[in-house]
Amino acid sequence: MKTMLAIISNALCRMTGRNAGAQTVSELLTDLSEFVDLTSPAAPASAQTQRLPPKPPPTAVSTRAAAVLLVSGCADRPGARVVVSRSFADFTPQATFDIKKCDLHRLEEGPPVKAELTREQGLQYYRTMQTVRRMELKADQLYKQKIIRGFCHLYDGQEACAAGIEAAINPSDHLITAYRAHGYTYTRGVSVKEILAELTGRRGGVAKGKGGSMHMYAPHFYGGNGIVGAQVPLGAGIALACQYQGKNQVCVTLYGDGAANQGQLFESYNMAALWKLPCIFICENNKYGMGTSVERAAASTDYYKRGDFIPGLRVDGMDVLCVREATQFAADHCRAGKGPIIMELQTYRYHGHSMSDPGVSYRTREEIQEVRSKSDPISMLKERMLSHNMASVEEFKEIDIEIRKQVEEATQFATSDPEPPLEELCNHIFSKNPPLEVRGTSPWSKLKSVS
Amino acid sequence: MAASLRCFLRSGKNTVSALQLRDFHRSAPAAVQMTVRDALNQAMDEELERDERVFLLGEEVAQYDGAYKVSRGLWKKYGDKRIIDTPISEMGFTGIAVGAAMAGLRPICEFMTFNFSMQAIDQIINSAAKTYYMSAGLQSVPIVFRGPNGASAGVAAQHSQCFAAWYGHCPGLKVVSPWNSEDAKGLLKSAIRDENPVVVLENELLYGVPFEMSEEAQSKDFTIPIGKAKIERQGNSITLVAHSRYVGHCLDAAAVLAKEGIECEVINLRTIRPMDVESIETSVMKTNHLVTVEGGWPQFGIGAEICARIMEGPAFNYLDSPVTRVTGVDIPMPYAKILEDHSLPQVKDIIFSVKKTLNI
Repeated sequence: MKTMLAIISNALCRMTGRNAGAQTVSELLTDLSEFVDLTSPAAPASAQTQRLPPKPPPTAVSTRAAAVLLVSGCADRPGARVVVSRSFADFTPQATFDIKKCDLHRLEEGPPVKAELTREQGLQYYRTMQTVRRMELKADQLYKQKIIRGFCHLYDGQEACAAGIEAAINPSDHLITAYRAHGYTYTRGVSVKEILAELTGRRGGVAKGKGGSMHMYAPHFYGGNGIVGAQVPLGAGIALACQYQGKNQVCVTLYGDGAANQGQLFESYNMAALWKLPCIFICENNKYGMGTSVERAAASTDYYKRGDFIPGLRVDGMDVLCVREATQFAADHCRAGKGPIIMELQTYRYHGHSMSDPGVSYRTREEIQEVRSKSDPISMLKERMLSHNMASVEEFKEIDIEIRKQVEEATQFATSDPEPPLEELCNHIFSKNPPLEVRGTSPWSKLKSVS
Repeated sequence: MAASLRCFLRSGKNTVSALQLRDFHRSAPAAVQMTVRDALNQAMDEELERDERVFLLGEEVAQYDGAYKVSRGLWKKYGDKRIIDTPISEMGFTGIAVGAAMAGLRPICEFMTFNFSMQAIDQIINSAAKTYYMSAGLQSVPIVFRGPNGASAGVAAQHSQCFAAWYGHCPGLKVVSPWNSEDAKGLLKSAIRDENPVVVLENELLYGVPFEMSEEAQSKDFTIPIGKAKIERQGNSITLVAHSRYVGHCLDAAAVLAKEGIECEVINLRTIRPMDVESIETSVMKTNHLVTVEGGWPQFGIGAEICARIMEGPAFNYLDSPVTRVTGVDIPMPYAKILEDHSLPQVKDIIFSVKKTLNI
């Protein structure tokens, strides 16, 4: 297997003149597998079990009775394509994994160092992260084709953060982030279709094409904010509303290592601590603020300590389980009325700062490659599940195919949906307002605005 | 006493004629004298009572009763949850107020003066004003930013700027500038009830001035529509347009000019954005002359905008002379009294400009 990967990798290198990393090669194989038949006899009547089902695991929680056909693959019957799966009872329904211990600041105890994962959860996290990954890669493609314009800040590499946080909070909790927002827009409930259509500036976009990459909104999701750091006081304000309204909700307020040096953050920390606002401040430290590494920007790169009087955690942001456990811990802290808490997620972005940044002038390709091969969040989860027999390779492949299809369909929509109509240019200036007249580019151009 | 008498005379109303409309048995309409400060206080009190989502935050608004005592008594009545003292962190607490508005509350964010709002201007414009548009209607921001604007007395350059033109420039914001107590109460109540970000530009020098409050204005549901100017004084010779404190100056000038047979029509803008240009145009089409009066600097100011709008509309053809702008002097505000007095429009400057415009 290793040799085959090496052969393909080398071939790609020769063809493209660039290094083809393990990720690229595995993606290529995944793509090719769509066209490679898994040959087998199709008749459902004679099911051949490959092997005897294993003894039920000690913590058997699966109540699914249906056994699925188990078919062996043979190479001599081309043309027949059959879904290969094993009986649900074959898979481990739940497993416990060791996760990295979090560094603590002003906390006696931290999140647990073991995380439980059920099969369903694992597949769901995988699906979420893979969807975000493919969506971002599609956005990259569309941007290079000039179908997406302006700003486009991609999230690939950081998927575990969005997926892990969402796994630990309720839909009724609140979340706000900065401009690298597509992942959170998805986890907070906006479809890939509406996200891509917003990026391509069409009327079917979540903000009807008027917001673009950085200004997407959903219930309990406040964007998508373009001004670095401005979202942090906003998040503290949302937390104030949570406290005021007494519904036991929290607000997750995200920012990057670059924004961590903004003054308004410290103003927010002060007020949040003073008033014990239920605010989880989360710094997504991907080591670079645009082109400036953290060492060159911050006198202290211990971002989880920068809240001083606010307790903090430093978390492995590439491990979805670590993120989930830490967020759960933080949410419990806030809901108990203990006030705000800071989490620093150590993560990494594969792309440059935005689509106009190749991302290699301030860091090496080797560094990017190393993170991809050793710490990719999606691979990490997949390997964990496979090694514990929680799912099969084929299952993951199926999920990948489904996601690919979903993203393709969304792309179809995003590239064919019409642009917003000119008549709506001036709409949505004011809420719940009678229609008003808006001056156009010349005195004779009198445009109409409705709420 | 002199101040209230002057206010009464300015209002253009005549007690005798008001009485004549009433039945002989009934008592006179129960108009009371109320300072602008008390009017603002009453407005906030009534709105806090009416809607539990409304709350006030800012520096010294709670236990100090307000830096200028505008929020006197509110903390005692409503407590810590609704009246919040903040640290000196404009950018932070303004952002917090905007976030709270996004999440369903209705904050009143007080700036001790609008000079300090400059530190928070990003949150006002980029986070509040533009959001409804950027989200295509998904996210509204029902917030009020209020505080004293413009020159005070002897507070020098960093504490005397007028922000009407800057905030009036931005789509997505509503900007109001009350003059008297009725304006203050009615506009602030409308602002609090509005679903959009509204900037309320008060004036510190007016806080202590009493004005007549009609019976209607004393009601708990008295609001003044945002976007509508008011004719404070009818006239045929020339139109004077002003906002805030200079409405008073215009009425004073009109009283003096009336003795010489010049009848000024004085328009109180009340709202800077959206500006009621129609009222100005209707007036100009009657009087054929226009003078604008403001405390802010001339370049890119309120008067400049009015000039441009008049030129673009039907009233241009009715002008017998170019529009005149009376403005603050184009300098940072000096400290010494004699210098400060000469940095802002005085009544005599208005009278002078009227006569020049009328070629008298």
